[in-house]
Amino acid sequence: MNNTVISVHNLVKKFGSFTANDNLSFEVYAGEIFGFLGANGAGKTTTIRILSGLSIPTSGEVNVAGFDAYSQTEQIKKNIGYMCQKFSLYEDLTVKENIILYGGIYGMSKSLIRERLIELLAKLRFQEYENRMISDLPPGLRQKLAFSVAVLHEPKIVFLDEPTGGVDPITRRQFWESIYETASRGITVFVTTHYMDEAEYCDRISIMNDGKIVALDTPERLKKQYNATSVEEVFIKIARPDT
Amino acid sequence: MRTIFYLIRKEFIQIFRNKFISKAIFAVPIVQMLILVPAVTFELKNVKLAIIDKDMTSESRGLINMLAGSTFFKVSFSTFSEEEANNLLHRNKCSMILQIPSGFGKDIGNGKQGKLLATIDAVNASSAELTWAYFNGVVRDYNMDLIKKNITSGSFVPLPRIEITNRYWYNELLNYKYYMLPGILVILVTAIGFLLAGLNMVREKEIGTIEQINVTPVRKYHFIIAKMVPFLLIGLTDLALGLVIGKVAFNIPFEGSVLLMFFGSSIFLIAVLGLALFISTYSGTQQQYMFVAFFCMIIFILMSGIFTPYESMPMWAQDFNLINPVAYLMRINRMIMLKGSTISDISRELYSLVVLAILFTTLAVRRYRKTV
Amino acid sequence: MKRFLGFVKKEFLHIFRDYRTLFILFGIPVAQILIFGFAVSNDIRNAGVAILDLSHDEITLKLTDKIISSGFFKKTETLLNYKDIDRVFKKGKTKAVIIFENDFGKKLISEGKASLSIIADGSEPNTATLVTNYTTAIVNDFTTELAGPVLNNSIRISPDVKMFYNPNLKSHFMFVPGVVTLILILISALMTSVTITREKEFGTMEVLLVSPLRPIQIILGKVMPYFILSFINVLLILALSWLVFDLPVKGSLILLLAECMLYILMSLSLGILISTVSANMQQAIFISLIGLMLPTVLLSGFIFPIENMPKIYDYVSSILPPRYFIVIIKNIMIKGTGLMYIWKETLILIIMTLVFIGLSVRKFKIRLE
Repeated sequence: MNNTVISVHNLVKKFGSFTANDNLSFEVYAGEIFGFLGANGAGKTTTIRILSGLSIPTSGEVNVAGFDAYSQTEQIKKNIGYMCQKFSLYEDLTVKENIILYGGIYGMSKSLIRERLIELLAKLRFQEYENRMISDLPPGLRQKLAFSVAVLHEPKIVFLDEPTGGVDPITRRQFWESIYETASRGITVFVTTHYMDEAEYCDRISIMNDGKIVALDTPERLKKQYNATSVEEVFIKIARPDT
Repeated sequence: MRTIFYLIRKEFIQIFRNKFISKAIFAVPIVQMLILVPAVTFELKNVKLAIIDKDMTSESRGLINMLAGSTFFKVSFSTFSEEEANNLLHRNKCSMILQIPSGFGKDIGNGKQGKLLATIDAVNASSAELTWAYFNGVVRDYNMDLIKKNITSGSFVPLPRIEITNRYWYNELLNYKYYMLPGILVILVTAIGFLLAGLNMVREKEIGTIEQINVTPVRKYHFIIAKMVPFLLIGLTDLALGLVIGKVAFNIPFEGSVLLMFFGSSIFLIAVLGLALFISTYSGTQQQYMFVAFFCMIIFILMSGIFTPYESMPMWAQDFNLINPVAYLMRINRMIMLKGSTISDISRELYSLVVLAILFTTLAVRRYRKTV
Repeated sequence: MKRFLGFVKKEFLHIFRDYRTLFILFGIPVAQILIFGFAVSNDIRNAGVAILDLSHDEITLKLTDKIISSGFFKKTETLLNYKDIDRVFKKGKTKAVIIFENDFGKKLISEGKASLSIIADGSEPNTATLVTNYTTAIVNDFTTELAGPVLNNSIRISPDVKMFYNPNLKSHFMFVPGVVTLILILISALMTSVTITREKEFGTMEVLLVSPLRPIQIILGKVMPYFILSFINVLLILALSWLVFDLPVKGSLILLLAECMLYILMSLSLGILISTVSANMQQAIFISLIGLMLPTVLLSGFIFPIENMPKIYDYVSSILPPRYFIVIIKNIMIKGTGLMYIWKETLILIIMTLVFIGLSVRKFKIRLE
């Protein structure tokens, strides 16, 4: 198999007496689009926060981009990108200012930042928005921009937490096109979502329920396994076996 | 290292894009200084006096004239009824009643002691004491006058007298503005720095933008320093503005080294900002932070000796002030501005401020968690 | 009605669960009272005094001793010449320098008069005045002792003084009313403005507005808990002052509490008004705290009597509600007067409250349109 960029063995995360992640084990390979599915509250965000170095596991082995998630969180952060559902860009800064900020934070040189800025604006057909503030951007554009900024520094892995929340279907499609394009550049994409149809776009998916992983495979194989026509059906069959 | 500059740049953009704050941080100190400084004075002027003169002799009238002629008193009422006078006191129409009993003039003429009864509204104890002191001053002067008159009639025995001359250095006319302006300035600079910096930090927490920072390779101390620098500069600018106003509008003296003052104030601001950020790590919402910050600020300011002398405080209060940055700056600023004290004079205060600055900033950096 | 009560209950729980804020809400007045009562004082204690004795005779030494042992002063240095004065003041520990002229004792006995200079550090005017006064009094005492019975002849007037309302000249008589005034307006205005603005900022105000609750109910519901909290604060402060300082309420307690409630109401409506002009919490905090705090402390007559200020401040402070409340509370607590003496101030506060409410309602209506 290709090299493993994320490896998780028996990950447990407890908050007091509540177990958010119960003995998770999985691996993610370089360049793939890995979908981390599950209902709201299943524990997805907890996992992604651990993987991106924002949270320390209670127990288990977790390795991201070759670094240990207990003791090397800062190294992890150097090598990843992150886009979360609540927010990603500073509302009171312009498009250009946000890009310069994050480029600088990730240690990119001035000229490199300039270059990528122009590229990015062209790719998204954003040139007119260069000096527009984020709060003035239409929502669909925001997600696209946030994603581009997350991969601005060409990280090994990019984590996307519910990136397409509240966005129209056309924009969602376009968003996933960018994800493909990014993956084709060799960047691993780890995306959580509760939109089951988006699962079809992923190379492999895992389904979480109540803190445990209940399924892990390519969408095709899962559909065959559960005799379903869509991943959504697979999910329902797993979550409510008696229906 | 460069990261800090990018972060500082972002902070500045955000602050100055905020239409309200960017104007308020400069306008408010200016306006408040202009309005507040002329008002603050303990000087007593025109204390309203109600006179009950039951004597009506030239001696009693002489005393009344002397009181009327002094700048401290203003003879506002004259009555024969004690009840009416007390009423005036109750209704805050006068601050002091002077009763001259009948027989006052006669007693003095006969070499006996003339009695007077002063009733002073003592709700404000220090004003009352000052009023009494000034009154006694006028009485002494009048006494002197009477004695001089007696010399000519030959019944006076000379008495060893110590002549006392008073002088007030650095502030000849005891202009309270000179005393209070540095104080008010310090308070404003403290308040703005303390509140805004901390609120800023908690706001990022509350909105969630801090997560995006925590997930980057930005180091903790980068972030903390970047939060402090803009407010440090703003605080110093406010200080400069305040000093200019002091000079231009109020002619406040500035005897010492401007550089030294800014140096001391910078260290002070670092200490205060560090403390603000430290407290902000404990607050989940802006409202919570505001309260804790307000609490700390009020205590620091009241204990700092802004109104009352530092040395008069009990030991425990002086001990507390060892960690009170405002107390140090209050002293430093007043000493530099009014007396021209040099770096060696304020070395103890400076040293303490440095310790506090390092302490609070370190606490803030250590408490801040990028990984929870 | 049930909905309204439910809403009020939610607001209450919200506040009472926040232990930290509650602790501070009650902690601030307690701390202020303690500080004003015990730490801050205008009295002179341990004021540093330096002596420049150009005479060094029995009399100067005696007088020096008398000054130093008075309990107000602490000797910092013995100076040798005039040049030292500036140096010692700059260091900051010395508040006054006492200078005995050459041959002080000899001159006093043979010529009947000698000169003594008190040079005080004018950068702290209050201290300077008090130090000068105290020293002068001690020197005069000394002269009296020297002269003995002869003196009777030259004191012609002996004034007696009655310190009305506050015979022991306790400074907390002034501070406690001031603290009450300051705390109430700051907390009520601040808390109210912030809590309403918070809903605006996070967008939950819209949610409230589309609920069956009427706008007036929303405002009332938000404000009610703070009304009660502030009132408890007043009781706490009064109880504390009575316990710790023996400061009773000389006048009618009921009248006092009623006036306090009026003042709280006024502060709350001020807070509401501030929230209508603030776009977010930061602004509300800035206006309520930095905008109100210093003017209240410095211009309302709390610490600096308004009569001492330039005439124009009479007008300036007339728009500050705390100015009137301080008069009211001082009158009731310390002078023991009734409503008759303070009806004017009370009326003004009532008018102000109505004005604030009126303005807020108008601004609110405009926003809704």
